[in-house]
Amino acid sequence: MMARLIDGVPRRVLILLGIVVAALVLAPLVASDYLLTVLIVILYFAYLGQAWNIMMGFAGQLSLGHTLYVGLGAYAAAALYVHYGIGPWIGMLAGIPIAGIAGAFIGYLAFRFRVGGVYFAILTIGFAEFARVGFDHLEWTRGTGGLFLPVAQYAHNDLWHLRGHPVMFYYVLLAAVALAFVGCRVLLQSRIGYFWLAIREDEEAARSVGIDTFRYKMVAVVISAAMTSFAGVIFAFYYNNLFPDQVFHISRSIEIILGPIVGGIGTLFGPILGAFVLTGLAETLTSALNALGVDLPGAKQVFYGVCLLLVIVAMPDGIWPWLARYIGLKGDRS
Amino acid sequence: MSALLKVDGVSKRFRGLIAVDRVSFQVPQGAIFAVIGPNGAGKTTLFNMIAGNFAPDNGTVSFAGERIDGLPPDQICRRGVGRTFQIVRPFPMLSVEENVIVGALLHRHHARDARVRAHEVLRRLDLYDKRTQRASALTLPDRKRLEVARALATDPKLLLLDEVMAGLRPTETDRIVAILKELNSETGLTVLLIEHVMRAVMALASRILVLHHGAAIAEGAPEEVVRNPAVIHSYLGAEDVA
Repeated sequence: MMARLIDGVPRRVLILLGIVVAALVLAPLVASDYLLTVLIVILYFAYLGQAWNIMMGFAGQLSLGHTLYVGLGAYAAAALYVHYGIGPWIGMLAGIPIAGIAGAFIGYLAFRFRVGGVYFAILTIGFAEFARVGFDHLEWTRGTGGLFLPVAQYAHNDLWHLRGHPVMFYYVLLAAVALAFVGCRVLLQSRIGYFWLAIREDEEAARSVGIDTFRYKMVAVVISAAMTSFAGVIFAFYYNNLFPDQVFHISRSIEIILGPIVGGIGTLFGPILGAFVLTGLAETLTSALNALGVDLPGAKQVFYGVCLLLVIVAMPDGIWPWLARYIGLKGDRS
Repeated sequence: MSALLKVDGVSKRFRGLIAVDRVSFQVPQGAIFAVIGPNGAGKTTLFNMIAGNFAPDNGTVSFAGERIDGLPPDQICRRGVGRTFQIVRPFPMLSVEENVIVGALLHRHHARDARVRAHEVLRRLDLYDKRTQRASALTLPDRKRLEVARALATDPKLLLLDEVMAGLRPTETDRIVAILKELNSETGLTVLLIEHVMRAVMALASRILVLHHGAAIAEGAPEEVVRNPAVIHSYLGAEDVA
């Protein structure tokens, strides 16, 4: 298994990867509280980007409503905790299937009736918006008033209930990013991964070589939705408050997809690299502006816009494919 | 010889236009069967009905003794019918090897086994040396052979080739003809081809069906068909026969 994972990867890339992983593992030891929160956001988006990438980058289905799955995971786990004291790791056993079922439902509607491309994207936005309005009126999750998780000073980290210092969240997310990365690599090298790529490239040609495109698109949306909802659970327990208007807002869905677009859609490193570049640089910009005493609301959004433009013009495949060539990886889908 | 493919009275109408009009023929196991006819004669429509892209309005298509008309293309492929497209459509951003691996994975569950099969097919089609190139970077003749390779990798019993020689130079045509002959004689692969290039048709086909305005106007051995006055009149033109 291990041998297959690193099969064909040049040595210097493995060394480089080892250094990056070591740096990430050791980072909390030296990072300031502020830097740590930035790193948490980066890992959060790296993970989400990876999950979204399965649908768009691998299977070619553009979802612009992925925050739906974040929200379902977040609300399910948080509500179970608030109402019944059920911990997040148990709560996600409800949240993840709920998101998976929601994904399956949307996928079924779309793929059964051959809704593709832009229309599929609009459908995904529609369901996220539907959830936003629906949760506004759902008393069980406190509607527009917001769902709050009890917060107290914790003497030590309680991993089982995800209560404690941000460092704990950092490591949970780091583990999630690593697992998602390995999982995606395994998927991409397997039968299903090849079939996804074929569907992405040309669905009719894929059918002509015997691929049941409906089935494999369904698998993609369910895996992607389920993975995404895990990030929602972490989100809920990290921020301790959930408002439908924030969690299900379309701008959340857009944030999820920016990382992979900038980093490289369909690549394994792209979502991670994109999250680092976007969030990292945006935070640097914000703190630089703060240091200068300039208060510019929306500077981050403008920065995202500029980044997207630059990438689209200069590196339409994203930063990773370019970087992969630079470090001598035959960087097709690494 | 038993018929591997049996097309019985199929018709297809697009609004007012009858694209295919009650066409029947049988392709015996192990044969190379050609469908010829002028542009717009309904050849590709006929193909699309066999491959499952359209369901026929009337008539039946049977493959290996079972009805396949109306089934979706992926199920027809899984039963053993491989096809190429008239306008080539390899998976552009995938490498040549990956294109063929996708086909080989139809009946194999591990990428490793599929790669072995893909290499075998690529060698046969003279594409092995180009296996790491992106499909979009290939020249047209190479892309045409890649389409054949991808279809072959699915281990079909019947291969449907939609104008794989069109746009090729005569030397390229001869190369594909040689490859197909070899495949047919060595593996017993049955081939049904649509073709305009008579040089290839005459070299390959054991039997020819001629379509004109959607209807079959002649069927028979190549020598008979090219002497048929109706075929000469509608398709070949006088000088081609000489």
